[in-house]
Amino acid sequence: MTARTDTMPHRGATAEPVVEITDLSVSFATDAGNVRAVDGVSLTVAAGEVLAVVGESGSGKSVTAKTLLGLLPSTATTRGAVVLSSRDGAVRSDVVALDRSALREVRGRDAAMVFQEPSTALNPVYPIGWQIIEGLRSHQKISRSDARAKAVDILRRVGIPDPERRIDHYPHQFSGGQKQRIVIAQALVLDPGVIIADEPTTALDVTVQAEILDLLRRCRDEFGAAIVLITHNMGVVADLADRVAVMYQGKIVEQAPVRDLFGAPQHEYTRSLLDAVPRIGSGGAHARARAAARPAGWAEQTPVVEAKDLEIVYPGRLRQPGFRAVDKVSLAIRPGEVVGLVGESGSGKTTIGRAIAGLTRVTGGSLQVLGLEMNGVRERALRPVRPRIGFVFQDPATSFNPLLTIAECVAEPLVVHGRARDARAARARVDELLESAQLPRSYGDRFPHELSGGQRQRASLARALALDPELLIADEPTSALDVSVQARVLELFSELQEQLGFACLFISHDLAVVDLLADRIAVLHRGRLVEEGTGEQVLGSPREEYTQRLLASLPVPDPDEQARRREAWRALA
Amino acid sequence: MATTPATTPRRGWRRLPVVHQLRQSVGLQRGMLIAGLVLTGLLVLTALIAPLLAPYGYNQLRDADGPFGAQQPPSAEHWLGTTVGGFDVLSRVIYGSRTALLVMVIAIAASLVIGVLLGLVSGYFGGWLDRVLVVAADAIYAFPSLLLAIVLAIVISGGQSSMWGGVLAAALSITVVFTPQYLRVVRAETIRIKSEAFVESARVIGASNGRIMTKHVLRNATRTLPLIITLNASEAVLTLAGLGFLGFGIEPTKAAEWGYDLNRAIADVTSGIWWTSVFPGVAIVLSVLGITLVGESLNDLADPRLRTRRASADVQGDVAATSVVPGGALTVPGGLEGLEPGTEAAR
Repeated sequence: MTARTDTMPHRGATAEPVVEITDLSVSFATDAGNVRAVDGVSLTVAAGEVLAVVGESGSGKSVTAKTLLGLLPSTATTRGAVVLSSRDGAVRSDVVALDRSALREVRGRDAAMVFQEPSTALNPVYPIGWQIIEGLRSHQKISRSDARAKAVDILRRVGIPDPERRIDHYPHQFSGGQKQRIVIAQALVLDPGVIIADEPTTALDVTVQAEILDLLRRCRDEFGAAIVLITHNMGVVADLADRVAVMYQGKIVEQAPVRDLFGAPQHEYTRSLLDAVPRIGSGGAHARARAAARPAGWAEQTPVVEAKDLEIVYPGRLRQPGFRAVDKVSLAIRPGEVVGLVGESGSGKTTIGRAIAGLTRVTGGSLQVLGLEMNGVRERALRPVRPRIGFVFQDPATSFNPLLTIAECVAEPLVVHGRARDARAARARVDELLESAQLPRSYGDRFPHELSGGQRQRASLARALALDPELLIADEPTSALDVSVQARVLELFSELQEQLGFACLFISHDLAVVDLLADRIAVLHRGRLVEEGTGEQVLGSPREEYTQRLLASLPVPDPDEQARRREAWRALA
Repeated sequence: MATTPATTPRRGWRRLPVVHQLRQSVGLQRGMLIAGLVLTGLLVLTALIAPLLAPYGYNQLRDADGPFGAQQPPSAEHWLGTTVGGFDVLSRVIYGSRTALLVMVIAIAASLVIGVLLGLVSGYFGGWLDRVLVVAADAIYAFPSLLLAIVLAIVISGGQSSMWGGVLAAALSITVVFTPQYLRVVRAETIRIKSEAFVESARVIGASNGRIMTKHVLRNATRTLPLIITLNASEAVLTLAGLGFLGFGIEPTKAAEWGYDLNRAIADVTSGIWWTSVFPGVAIVLSVLGITLVGESLNDLADPRLRTRRASADVQGDVAATSVVPGGALTVPGGLEGLEPGTEAAR
């Protein structure tokens, strides 16, 4: 424990703390025995303060947050004290010791929660107004019309346009960002002293994330609520937090005001965590060096992938037009080149990757992959090309057959294409592949669930490279991983690419990650190719308005720099 | 399992269904499962060693001392009395378990093979085949299952009554009723698994449909089958008894069958002869109860939300078990080697 006492004067720091956690420990009964998730955590949150709790998966940050509202499942055992104070300081209650009805009183009134996934936090069968009013009426004696007026007011204040009409709409009629605004409105309407936001922007696109962060900032400034922000994203922390607590292995390893933490991190873990965060502009030199090392005439080589006016339309329901996922995209990937494909959700980036691998049908234009025209291709014609393409999937948890060992999974391409009779015969090559992915040989005998996310993604890379492909498609390979793990996987990826020289389409929503690896970057927006060029061109001096907005929305892990960028973003919006 | 230790080093008998669930259960759920397993075990055991247990044959009417006599109350010679036809009740109850088990095994084996195969094909390929199969399954659902079983029993046995004819008639009519259930379950699982990333990765690799279906989809789609099998087994016993009770069963001279004996005992009940109906009835109830208990507890144990666990009395457990830096890029406290043993060695 290198926690420092907080000596910085804060807004509201003189007031009574709204949350006081003392020596909190939580353990869960699981099939594999008891597991301790939180180990002796002490925290205080002052009124009107934003406290960010950061850590990687399994660090206990979410469990700590859930304890504040008594939301832990029945398998949990809790020790310690979690004292919540009501807004006026009149009632102080220890959440750990409360019974159910008292707990219900406290929820909403003293502390409210904003969840990660706004589309599941709202009940789809009720209008949003009903859901806000329900919360109001269960805590206060208030007439129906007053409650409705209050709900309209709060919706307007969180930035839902035309709230008088939209209050009667259902959740599915709102966009993801608007839904998150409604969830925040639901939390704000009872005017709680503290709002617990558990990864409030993780499920959202960067441009929407910037708006929600802005709204959360207003929650503090206009509503005077303290915020406990649970996140793994250092950029979000830099943007919003006043004070930061870093959690690791169930303990708080460091607590500091945000500028001190980013400026002079004390704990070794904090330092390495900050180092692992990819930053924009760090890949420029790397890409330049690679470009300089290319032989003459490289640019004239036949591209591995060449799309001309590529169109992919998903068929609609009866009498409804289909959904145009990819709209007249022209793109080329030359041998040995890494092309980064960036875009927000629904931009068609994954669809392009799947079309190149033959998983999605091309409906218009032309797509040449390794000399084969994919528009109207038959499975039989595709088979000889398959071994020359590798694919790394987004979610390492589902991309392995849970019943096969890692060695059997990695051997699968070798067996299917007749390079080995069965998994056992392929073992020598599999060991070689695992070692090139920096996994010990013995891991081949493990089952996928016995590996961590990062290890599984490395094994997935080993499988994709088993047949020495000329083209690798990596579909968000690191977005399900923690930053530190992501850094390691990206490093490995870059090393392997240099050694084996395959061409690569690297799909990601994260500009910084793409910048780190890619020779060229293509930006997609709503199925159209908005901008294309080297990392320096696209990220250094973006020409298109969308790219500029995308870039400005990306929070950077530096509070002062982020404050400047926020102003720039406001100017754009 | 034990013969392939090289490929499955950590999966012994403990990973088998039922055994695995028994090990992870606690409290009431464990009690239910054990009770069910004991009752089911008794049924199977009785069926296997019926000739050793039964004092007489199932169709024996007389011994060295002459005929047994009809409707004799329980006595030293006939512990559970005799039926209206003059058979020994105890022997018929014991032999009845054989018929029940046989019908159960045939019915489940047949519906399992057909249902899983059709469900797999239907879910994996989809299209018109899928639609036809699902509509056919729904049509079968629409019929009362006992009516269907009666029709099939008549068709299969042709009015004749032999042991195998009766058993097959009952088993196959039950098969027809159960196949749609397996089809639906396996189809739903297949559709879910089909869109999982590991199946797509197999497609990208270029694996053939047959290989994907058997190696990747089928093995992952069998999760809920043990549950349906147990529930269907109890239904099979009931359907067989129903058929026998309605007179579509097996003649008493060919095999012992509980439902048939119940049918014969209707008249006895009103005249105070209780032993001819109670014992076959109890046999049906206990076997159905046993199998259902196994099925229900398997169902509860399969769902982590329904599964009870031993609650820990105090905060305890190992932190490092959950929270490691998985990829280990960082110079974490304690060093990388401490978190991921072996990783350093591989570099």
